[in-house]
Amino acid sequence: MGKISNQAVLQKLSNSFGEKISVPAEPYGLLTFETTKEDIQDILKFLKEDKELQFIFLTDITAIHYPENSLPIVVVYHLHSFVNNVRVRIKVSLPDLNPTIPTATTLWEGANWMERETFDFFGINFEGHPNLVRILNVDDMTAFPMRKEFPLEDPNRVDKKDFFFGR
Amino acid sequence: MNQPAIIENLDRKETTTLNLGPTHPATHGVFQNVLEMDGEKIISGVSTIGYIHRAFEKIAEHRPYYQITPLTDRLNYCSSPINNMGWHMTVEKMLGIQMPKRVDYMRVIVMELARIADHLICNGILGVDTGAYTGFLYLMEQREHIYEIYEEICGARLTTNIGRIGGFERDFNDIAFQKIRKFTKDYAVALKEFQNLFDRNRIFMDRTVGVAPVTTETALNYSWTGLILRATGLDYDVRVNEPYSSYEDFDFDVPVGTTGDVYDRYILRNEEMWQSLRIIEQALDKIEKEPKGVFHANVPEIYLPPKEEVYNNMEALIYHFKIVMGEVDVPKAEVYHCVEGANGELGFYLISDGGRAPYRLHFRRPSFINYQMYAPMSRGMLLSDAIINMSSLNVIAGELDA
Repeated sequence: MGKISNQAVLQKLSNSFGEKISVPAEPYGLLTFETTKEDIQDILKFLKEDKELQFIFLTDITAIHYPENSLPIVVVYHLHSFVNNVRVRIKVSLPDLNPTIPTATTLWEGANWMERETFDFFGINFEGHPNLVRILNVDDMTAFPMRKEFPLEDPNRVDKKDFFFGR
Repeated sequence: MNQPAIIENLDRKETTTLNLGPTHPATHGVFQNVLEMDGEKIISGVSTIGYIHRAFEKIAEHRPYYQITPLTDRLNYCSSPINNMGWHMTVEKMLGIQMPKRVDYMRVIVMELARIADHLICNGILGVDTGAYTGFLYLMEQREHIYEIYEEICGARLTTNIGRIGGFERDFNDIAFQKIRKFTKDYAVALKEFQNLFDRNRIFMDRTVGVAPVTTETALNYSWTGLILRATGLDYDVRVNEPYSSYEDFDFDVPVGTTGDVYDRYILRNEEMWQSLRIIEQALDKIEKEPKGVFHANVPEIYLPPKEEVYNNMEALIYHFKIVMGEVDVPKAEVYHCVEGANGELGFYLISDGGRAPYRLHFRRPSFINYQMYAPMSRGMLLSDAIINMSSLNVIAGELDA
């Protein structure tokens, strides 16, 4: 669909970053790879400023929680190159306890609220963020509700339990 | 010597703190902005959001796929069908299901009707905020006709839950087709009338031209998408860049603006409504050429069978039971699918671990991302300009807060 193939994007990244780009895959045609928090800012900057790739658009920042992994918190970036009409997804795995990652607000102003939302729900500390406070939840909340251990409802409630099909 | 103690206070400017919202009638939703005002000018503002946060992403992790559709209704409730279709298509993309062309065209009709409904409210409200109520009422009458079409198709009006994963729950009936055809004719007249009232209206132009202009660079920096990005002059439209639901079969224009001000956005919304009408008319013609009565894909394992079959047919009963209990086989997958919502790129980032509910579902909500520029761009603006700027950004509280 894009004017530049996923392989070409990956090749260009590998030339510049080599081993720092790991586990490349193409689920449903969207180039996905993993990196580390030490390199994420450089890679984002490279993708944004490269004359050929031009991933100038930050589509989204979010996170996923895999409690059974050794690095359970995964931050996910979606970038988009309008010129080439191709997207890329970057993942960074972080530890459970006090996860930190450099901010992307230095590259995109729009990352501000996306990171605040991610902090709000997953407790990820974006270093260098100008105003990292809760955005959708109440300010005095202590938990990070999108983590898997946080229950959807009060676990002591029995009136909504479905004993046959388990919910 | 006596030093006048208060002399330094004489030219000190007094500022006022103004709470705009959360329930101010001019904000059309629960938005709070704490503004620091110097007279009528805004010095700085802080947006507080989250008043109607309903934890949809968390709830979605506990619901089978088909039960998530009603959650998407409540994101952008002015154009629920686009959200519904976007969600259906995300799941279909994950499952690798190809829709028959006729279903695609039916979806296009519903989505474009929703786009019209959304844009007409926004432009109508813009009229109200600039002091002209008449246009709003003219267009509101037309939205009623769109809702009647929804009602004919799915039975609901506002939060539609329209369609199913795998197609539609029923075919459009003859009355629905008649109503759509009638609507395309009537709406052209109404929109023309509305435009005659506003497009070259001196008062309206004085209030909107040059208000809150945005450059393409700034818009991209803030990750704007949709109409407000196109108003700055960049022609990014998901329907064209990554066509879904057979949009590539249609002949339509993507209007772009130049300055990105409120007037540009207003003009663009009208133009998009004309384009939507064009698409609907083409879709109606295309549907006639497709085999009649096809309204879903042939996927019994995810599409609910008709009730008669459930009562008389073993397989249908099994499928019915499995689907209703959410025990549909899904692959382990990671999908990002986006549609052109009324406000911008509405994305669904879905991660499945093969279970009955998504492992993680993230909505890329255009209103949330577009709105964060509101407080910075209001600096130095008159309060009355900031109000119409908010109207023309078309931020919907439900989509903002998820």
